[in-house]
Amino acid sequence: MGPLIPNGLIPIEWNFVISILIGFAFGYILEASGFSSSRKLVGVFYGYDFAVLKVFFTAAAVAVIGLYYMDYLNWLDISQLYIQPTYLWAAIAGGFIMGTGFLAGGYCPGTSLAGVAIGKIDAIAFTVGLMIGIFAFSELYEVLEPLFTASNLGNPTLADSFGISPYMLILGFSLCAIIAFYVSDKVRAKVKKVIY
Amino acid sequence: MKKEDQFKSRVYWNPYFGGFLLGLLIIFTFYITGRGLGASGALKSVVVTTTDVIATEHAHSNKYYSQFLDSDDSPMNNWLVFEALGMLFGAFVSGAIAGRLKLKVEHSPKITSTRRLVFALVGGALFGFGAQIARGCTSGAALSGISVLSTGGFITMLSIFGSGFLVAYLFRKNWI
Repeated sequence: MGPLIPNGLIPIEWNFVISILIGFAFGYILEASGFSSSRKLVGVFYGYDFAVLKVFFTAAAVAVIGLYYMDYLNWLDISQLYIQPTYLWAAIAGGFIMGTGFLAGGYCPGTSLAGVAIGKIDAIAFTVGLMIGIFAFSELYEVLEPLFTASNLGNPTLADSFGISPYMLILGFSLCAIIAFYVSDKVRAKVKKVIY
Repeated sequence: MKKEDQFKSRVYWNPYFGGFLLGLLIIFTFYITGRGLGASGALKSVVVTTTDVIATEHAHSNKYYSQFLDSDDSPMNNWLVFEALGMLFGAFVSGAIAGRLKLKVEHSPKITSTRRLVFALVGGALFGFGAQIARGCTSGAALSGISVLSTGGFITMLSIFGSGFLVAYLFRKNWI
């Protein structure tokens, strides 16, 4: 039963081979979907291109449905999967800074690597910026630690936080995604085209 | 103009197709490794390793770096670094097949390349800083988090996209 490596079903030595192959597929999908272009990425915030919204929410819906279905079939133990901890204020503040960086820089870390790979000089600048930002955080860590570690809620899922069945949450999430796709097409038809 | 628009939409994948494949990849990654995808973690490893090489004592006395320097393994030697190398290679192959390999600064005709590069650098710094505070970026925290219904993943995702819409007006000249 999965996950395979944590349960010792694949030797740990295979880890790096697998990580390169997964990375290859990830980079390929991002680039082929147009995510190596900053002007395509930010389109979602101005209403002229909703590829980010469509790719992101399709991927999330497929993944969450698939993982819970595999758990239902006993192919995978979902309780063994890594769920990142929820630090309420750090998630909100960090997300806010990332959103601002997204609009200023036009990329996020994964997509900037895709941009670097095909020769986008602005993506190279963004990636250098990322490292400067990480360095700045590390140097200021002692000052930021109270925010970084405030209101630790453990590792809850939405099912834990709201006491709702995960299957109902997944249904609700998928419906929201479909509505968002429909609305995005309506908006795009009304917004002035941007050629890039 | 119209023709160029049609051409673009043909060379990139249909976003639902790309999203579907990305979803399958996330399932595969969780099934094999028990964890999701990530991107900013690899850059953190580069920063930690570089600092360790240039200023070893400083890196070990710093409360944040030292968390990643405890073991005998180099922080470069981790899963996310290999994943990022794979990403560069995969994106390169996709770009090569589609004929998109070209050294250039992509920017709106209304702004200069220099302005674009300055904003890209500053935006990158903000994003890197924010990704450390939130313990992950769009891939590791938001996308992989939502895939396992993580509450933190949802909050981070809402915060990234919500703030993006809030500040979009300020940056409109750069894009439209």
